[in-house]
Amino acid sequence: MLQVSLLIAAVFCAIQAIRTPRLLVAAIWLAGVSALVAVLLYLLGAHEVAVIELSVGAGLVTVLFVFAISLAGEETTRLPAIIPRPLAIGLVAASILLLAWMLAPTDSPPAAADESSFTVVVWQERSADTLAQIVLIFAGVLGVLGILAEERPVEKPGVEAVQPGDAPADKLPEQVGFEVESSLEREHA
Amino acid sequence: MTPLHVAATGALVLLGIGLYGLLALRNLIKVIIALQIMVKGVVLALVAAGSISGQINLGQSLAVTLIVADTIVAVVGLALAVQVRRRFGSLDVQELSTLRG
Repeated sequence: MLQVSLLIAAVFCAIQAIRTPRLLVAAIWLAGVSALVAVLLYLLGAHEVAVIELSVGAGLVTVLFVFAISLAGEETTRLPAIIPRPLAIGLVAASILLLAWMLAPTDSPPAAADESSFTVVVWQERSADTLAQIVLIFAGVLGVLGILAEERPVEKPGVEAVQPGDAPADKLPEQVGFEVESSLEREHA
Repeated sequence: MTPLHVAATGALVLLGIGLYGLLALRNLIKVIIALQIMVKGVVLALVAAGSISGQINLGQSLAVTLIVADTIVAVVGLALAVQVRRRFGSLDVQELSTLRG
């Protein structure tokens, strides 16, 4: 009964996160979804993932969303949907029915498996995943730095090749650079 | 209804809500929020699948990897959204298309 109540609350928070026009409020509803999913995971016996989901999903990601919304600004206008609403609902219903059909064999009894502890699984059996996570984090940092970097004015290489004393005073630097390039082309020819 | 059935149902419903958001929403940050909701459903499904197969720690390990990858996606997506807002003045994904046919 507790799980069902938590699930209904999580679904309500998710619907509100999609429906609300204010971005900041949507981020808060998303944090609610994360917290409720973390409690559900804890009740399923996945204690480590529950803690990570609560700290990363409900904490770090929410802070990132609030920071990004404060930088980008709030847009509260309700925009019409990209595709017609009945078509979107039909596509979603078809996808969910297909997934539910694939999940149907979950009624079989749990297989008895001799399982290692979480630490052994993460650091030894799935060590490639841990390495991939580290690579992903570095790639993400580099990606964010590249995206948020300010644009610098591009300097023309022809202007740098000419000494200041060589240029006549009545010529623009662009013209000097063009003459240097054309003389180089003549030498190559 | 066992907890595993609740988790599987929750995973499906959260996936559906997120997929609808991806299809219907036009605000870039709302699209990232919809993606996050989908990933919550997938995390639930992974843990439920691990619990069903008797290997819950393997499911947890995969879920941790998914959470890290999802956080990186959210960070890069939000950085893109901030730059798009600075450059185009809007977060509407329809206005980002520069191709006119």
